[in-house]
Parts: sequence; structure tokens; C-alpha cells
Amino acid sequence: MDFFDRFAVPHPSLAIYASMAAIGLTIIAVIAGLTYFKKWGYLWREWLTTVDHKRIGIMYLLSALLMLFRGGVDAIMMRAQLAVPENTLLDAQHYNEIFTTHGIVMILFMAMPFIMFFMNFVVPLQIGARDVAFPRLNALSFWLFFMGAMLFNISFVVGGSPDAGWTSYFPLAGTEFSESVGNNYYMIAIQIAGIGTLMTGINFITTILKMRAPGMTLMKMPMFTWSALIANVIIVFAFPVLAVLLAMGTLDRQFGTNFFTMDNGGMDMLWANIFWVWGHPEVYILILPAFGIYSEVISTFARRNLYGYKSMVGSMVIISLLSFLVWAHHFFTMGQGAFTNSIFSITTMAIAVPTGVKIFNWLLTLRKGKIVFTTPMLYSMLFIPLFTLGGVTGVMLAMSAADYQYHNTMFLVAHFHNVIIPGVVYAMLAGLHYYWPKMFGFMLNEKIGKWTAWLLSIGFILAFMPMYVSGLDGQARRMYTYSEAAGFGLMNMISFVGAAIMAIGFVLIVYNIYYSTRYESRDISNDPWDARTLEWSTHTPVPEYNFAILPDVRSNEALWDAKKNGHVLFKGEYQKIHMPNNSGIPFIMSCIFFVWGFSFVFSLWIPVILTTIGIFVCMALRSFEQDHGRYISVKEIEETETNLRGA
Amino acid sequence: MHKKGIKVALFSVFLTIITLLAGCEPLLVLDPKGPQAKRQASDILLSIGVMSVIVLVVFALLVYMLVKYRASKQRADYEPPHIEGNLWVEVVMVGIPVLIVAFLSYVSVQSNYIVEAKPKGYEDKEPLVVYASSSNWKWHFSYPEEGIETVNYLYIPTDRPLEFKLYSYGPITSFWIPQLGGQKYAMGDHVTTLHLAADVPGEFMGRNANFSGKGFAENTFNVTAMSQEDFDDWVKEVKETAKPITEKKFEELLEPGHLGQQTYTGTHLEFSPPPAGHDHSEEASETPETETHTESHTGHEGMSH
Repeated sequence: MDFFDRFAVPHPSLAIYASMAAIGLTIIAVIAGLTYFKKWGYLWREWLTTVDHKRIGIMYLLSALLMLFRGGVDAIMMRAQLAVPENTLLDAQHYNEIFTTHGIVMILFMAMPFIMFFMNFVVPLQIGARDVAFPRLNALSFWLFFMGAMLFNISFVVGGSPDAGWTSYFPLAGTEFSESVGNNYYMIAIQIAGIGTLMTGINFITTILKMRAPGMTLMKMPMFTWSALIANVIIVFAFPVLAVLLAMGTLDRQFGTNFFTMDNGGMDMLWANIFWVWGHPEVYILILPAFGIYSEVISTFARRNLYGYKSMVGSMVIISLLSFLVWAHHFFTMGQGAFTNSIFSITTMAIAVPTGVKIFNWLLTLRKGKIVFTTPMLYSMLFIPLFTLGGVTGVMLAMSAADYQYHNTMFLVAHFHNVIIPGVVYAMLAGLHYYWPKMFGFMLNEKIGKWTAWLLSIGFILAFMPMYVSGLDGQARRMYTYSEAAGFGLMNMISFVGAAIMAIGFVLIVYNIYYSTRYESRDISNDPWDARTLEWSTHTPVPEYNFAILPDVRSNEALWDAKKNGHVLFKGEYQKIHMPNNSGIPFIMSCIFFVWGFSFVFSLWIPVILTTIGIFVCMALRSFEQDHGRYISVKEIEETETNLRGA
Repeated sequence: MHKKGIKVALFSVFLTIITLLAGCEPLLVLDPKGPQAKRQASDILLSIGVMSVIVLVVFALLVYMLVKYRASKQRADYEPPHIEGNLWVEVVMVGIPVLIVAFLSYVSVQSNYIVEAKPKGYEDKEPLVVYASSSNWKWHFSYPEEGIETVNYLYIPTDRPLEFKLYSYGPITSFWIPQLGGQKYAMGDHVTTLHLAADVPGEFMGRNANFSGKGFAENTFNVTAMSQEDFDDWVKEVKETAKPITEKKFEELLEPGHLGQQTYTGTHLEFSPPPAGHDHSEEASETPETETHTESHTGHEGMSH
């Protein structure tokens, strides 16, 4: 019986049993559905074993949307709990678990895969390539991320969720103060997903540097590709830090080392320091591709070229360098002295300069344009003012002496949501509407789309502006309740109303997908937005090989050149195309990783050893496998092209 | 449709500011009662001012562009021109933010040295040293000079610099009395120092601001500032009425949980000394000075007995 006790939830509640039932029913429904419609083979052939960057991208998108709702439910529960003083909807432990998982799910399992979706789907098309440099590694990246996310998500029904905050500061997260396996899940699940992310970084740097279409020099790359390149360089430098940090955390928690413990020479603040050496660059891994999407969208719908291309690239490079030099601003209050704080205060404020350059470049891109208000453009135009608010409060926080008053308060919470939601989430929604027709061959409904954008923005303002106020009034973050006398009631109630409006906005997105799938016209062109870059020059739906003939590029707006200046993109005859074969190894290996992770969390060493062997067997199989890929014949290409052109 | 949106956004910001101004009580951080908190509040207001200008410029530019260059206002055959960057525009775009950031950096660096030192205007006064240590989920305040210790409440004299020595018997916590000044971490492996002072008598809210587990929300303490005479009377009264703190009693106090306010004579510093390490905010030259203070006070205490 003892053996099974460890899997029980330490703090069971109705919500958790309901979730258990929901997860169980969903799994049964999926299995029954696949069996009934005889789709197991289709699922395996077309999705689980695919190495096609477009399909992997779509799987990232589905995971991100799924996680958006998981993280969103956490958020609405938090706001509901705090809506009135001394509320008893959630107890302290439950609240702590929820804000912890909200942070991790939203950053690592929602925003990251959303960014990965854009990079996967868009980058190869935008640089005129047929796939990424290492297609099979790409599949492994996705499946590792997915298994990491799933492992993390079962924590709240099996064994207990992490409860020490998404930053998981030791010694609180250590075994001295957190005995349950929750923080083991944190260490292992993020580790597995992180390995996938690191491989994506390597994959996309290689892809962008080596696989661009003829004529596309670095300074002729579209802005999104630039942002993806820089973000991936940051990934390659930052994620090894995370891997080492999580390994140290695992060693402390499960093997009795003393890196971060209270006694035996452990250092409390070591975790916080290393965490933010990864954590701050991570913020830019998210925001730079978002900036890339805004650049594409704003240029397309202002019907103008992006203003200040070179300074846009330059500012991203500077941001990426500065992102590694600001980590201590997350704990000015650690007591490192006036001098150290001054240095980090200045480097942090310095980031405002290149970011400001980008804002002004977007504004100047609008100048003399012919602005069309589509849904993606609406999100971008809401992004500029809202993100500016978040940016300037960031400068306020960077003033370290004043930060002693903002730190750990709702002011900080307001700030980072104010940059992440208009900055990253709006970019994703803009990009989702923008690239939807390229993915699925029909547009998302514009009217519902615009309603959603307005609802989200009104909800956002109501939800987060009051937090600036209650933060200055002394409301610390992460409190599961507050007394009536504290006087935070009104602001938190407004916040809750705002959060509820945002929730309606997110439900509308789902409704829009449903509505558009049923009713929107399938009769759209390859280039429904009148866009400027290569991804719109190929067919919709995009054929497996992306481009029958690799495009010839003269500028950073290759398609616009072709449309307006008579540049010929596709020259020459069809030739047979070399494509990679599908493989089941990435999926199987990641499943083994899942079992490995689960066993590791519960310190079940025999399964850990067996699965470790399994992982190495998978790698050995891959190493000795003779697979040179396959060719698509000219005849096949001709057939596909004629079909697509006819349609 | 869009112009309306900007108006909605602006209106909401306006509304927030109004709520802020019209609120029955001023916000704690902007209602400072000590020199450090005053400096921080003035930095905050200064930065809000500067940032509002930037926000207004961006909003104005955006509205101008959106109104003037929307497609419905252009001829149907209007073809937007191709415009590369312009060196002078970019110099302005970089130059003005650099100037703003340089100005704020100057203020920020100055403030850093101010909040990390004995409060301004209190330089010649002798500080009251209080050891503030946290345990799950309580605060222990030891007054070594007075030889007393309290739990979850703090009595302080006005018009005297306060030097808090912070450390933790549990997870990292953050000692914060918003109306007297910003917070600082208390950790297990070294002592940090926070310089505060209260200008006027009053009751203030103090709390741990850094998440520390289940009992975090209630991890608060009351601060009462009073004149030096009243403070001395209180110390005398405590010495006459309170029980001494013993090692056994202190270990009971450290057990996780919540306690009300408690008072003891003696301090736990004798049998459970604070960690040896110090933070870097302590200037090397200050250390011997602090020691002299402690010595002189031991003498003072000796006299009173």
C-alpha cells in the first residue's frame, strides 16, 4: 500500500477529482473516436511519425492552445479567489500550486510552443527552403516538448503540483520546505522539454544560416526570420544554463547535495541567480519572434516596406546581448549593494533604447502607408500603445532604489503581464489570424476576430491596470488572501471582472475557429492578404515540398518584387526533389522519456535504468539506420502543381 | 472603429488615475513617513512623470498615423512609397531615449547610494540596531542594545536612524514596511542590512513580501513609531514585565505556524547567533564603527542596571 500512497494527491479537493475524471474521459473519448473512425493508421502515418515542419508546427499550435486554456483556467481561479477579501474558494496550498503552474504553463508550455509553431511553420517558407536542416531532430524536439508538458500536467492529479512559484526559489523549493514530489515534476518535466527546445535552437540556426533560397543574403531575410535567428541564438546560449540549473535542483532534492540548502554551505541565492541568467534571456526568446510577427503584419497592412530594416536588425542584436547582462534586476533587494544595483539598473534601462527604436520604426512604417484594418493589424495597433505602457513601467522598475518598493508586489505582476500579453500573446493571435489561411486554406472570420481583439484589450486593461494601483498600496504578490482592512478589495474585484472579460475573449477564439471551419469560404488565393514575403508565393495548401522550384530572391520583400517590379521568382524546370522519410523513433523515444521522467519524479530507480537503456537504444538505432530519404519524381511534382493551380 | 478604441484605452488610463487620486486613503508607497520612503516615492513620481510624456508622444504619433494614413482616406490608386531608414531620424530616435535613460540612470544611481546608507538628515544620530529574523511564518525582532525581543510587532523611536539586520531561519523572505522604505531580503546564509527611519509617530503595516510557502499571506507584523521617551518607557516596561527568552522557548517559536504578538527579555542572539556572512552593501569602513556602537551600548546597559 505504501508504494501506491506516493501517487496520491497530497491535498485532494473537488476540483482535482473533477480534473481526474475529465482527463480520464477525454482519453477514453479520444481512443474510442480513433478506433471508431479507424484513424489510428492515419494518426500514426500522417502526424505521429511526420518530419514535415508544417505539420510539426501545427502540432505545436494545438499544444499551445490546449495549454493556453489550462493556464487560463488557473488564472481565472486566482482572480476569483482574490476578488473579495478573505475568500475561501481556494486554500493557501491550492492557490500556491495554481499560481506556480499558471506561470510555468503559460511561459514554457504555451508561449514557447506558440513561438515554436511560428518558427516551424513560417521560417522554412519564408526563406524558400523545403524543410528544416534536421527534420527528424525537429520531430524529436516537438515530442520531447510535448511529453515534458504532459508530464508536468499530470502532476496535479498524480502526486501533487509544484507549489514554490514558477521561479521555484530554493530553499523553499528544496526538500527542507517542500517534501511532496511536486518540485521533482518541475525539475524533470522542464528538463525534458528544455532539451527539445535546445535542439530546436541548433536546428533553426543551421536552417537559417544554410538553407536560404539563392540570392537571399542575411540582410535580405524577412524580419520574422531575423527575429527567429536571434531568438534561437539566445536559446542556444541560455538553455544549457537551465539544464544545469535543473540538474542541480534534482541533485539537491533527490540525491542529497547541498547547492541551495540552508545548511552545509548551500547558498540560498545561487538558484535565483542562475535561474535569472536563463530566465531573463528567456523573456527575449519570446518577445523577439513576437516583434518579428508585428513587423510582418504592420508592413503588410500598411502596404509599405518596413521602415528602418537595418536598425530593426541592429536593435534585436543589441537586445539579445543586453538580455544576458540584466539578470540581477530580478532581485535588486538581495543586498548586493548600491554599486552592483547601479550597474544592473543602467543595463536594464539601456534595453529601453533599442526597444524604443523598434516602436518608432513601426510608427514610421505606418507613415505614408495605406492602412487596412484586418484582425492581425488590429492586434498590432493595440499592441503598440499597450506594450508602451508595459515598457515604461519596466523602466520604472529598473530604477533600483524605487524597485525596493515595487519588488514582489502586484505592480511587478501588472508590469510583466503588460509586456507579455500585448507583446507576446497579441503577436501570437495576430500571427494565428495571419497565417491561418496558409495553414488550412480558409480565413478566420474577421468580424469575430475583431470583437475578440477588443474584448481582450478591454479585459486586459481592467484586469491589469488596477494591479499597478494595489501594488503601490502594498499588496504583495502571491498572497492567497488579504484582510478587508487592507483595502485591496475594489482593485481586485475590477481585476476579476477584467479577467472574466478576457476569458470570454479566449472562448470567442475557439468559437471563431469552429465558425470559420464551418462557414468560411474555401475559395481563397495563395496570397489572401496581399503580402510581401515568400511564404505567400507558394500554393495553399502548401505542398509537402513547399516550393516546386526554389525561388530566386533579390530583396527582403521577394514576393512584393515579383508582384510590383516584375521580378521572376521561379525560374527553370522541375527537378526531382529530395525529401526526408517519416520516422517513428522520435515519438517512441519521447514516450520512453515520459516514462523515464515519471519514474525519476518518484525515484523509481529500476524503471529509470530500464528507460535510460531504452533511450540509448533508440539513439543507437538511429545511428546505424541507413536512410537516405526519398525522391519526389518530376511527374509527381507536375501532377501536384497542376492540381493545386486548378483548385 | 480604431479611434474609438484608443479613446477607450485612454479613458481607462484616465479613470485609473482618477481612482488613484480620489481614493479615500493615499496609496501606502506614495504616503511616506520616513526619509528613505520619501526618496523612493519622489523617484516613483518623477519616473511616472517622465514616462507619461513618452506614453503621450507614442499615443499621439500612433493616432496621427492611423487617422491620416488609413486606406479609407487615400485615393484608391494610391501606392505607398518605398522608404528606407533615414540617418537623422534614427539619430533622434536613439538620441532622445538615450538622454532620458541617462537622466533616469543618474537619479537611480544617486538614490541607490542614499537608500543604502544612514538616512539623510540623520547622519549624526546614533542608530537603533534591530535584528529582524524570519521563520515560517513569523518575524522575530531582537533589540540587542535594549536586551529585549518581540515577535510579530516592532516598536521604534522616531527621529532616530534604524539599522535592521535581516536574516532567515527558513526560506528567503523580504522585510518590508512600505511607508518607511523599500524591502530587502532576509536569507539563511548571511545577514543583510536595511537602513530606515521614521519621521513621525504612527502605526505602519509591515510584512514579508517574498513568497515563503503556505503561511505567507499572513506573514505580517505591526510597526509602531513613537517618541524616544515613549520608546524608553516601553523598553523599561518590557524589562519589568516580560519573561526571558530561553533556547528551548525560541526553538518552540521557530516551529512552522502563526503566533500572535509576543514579548521577551533577552534576545536569541546569544544562543542562536545570526549567520556569519554579511552582504556587500556594508562598506568595509563601517564595520568597526558598528562594533563601537554595540560596545558603547553594552556600557550604557551596564549603567542602567
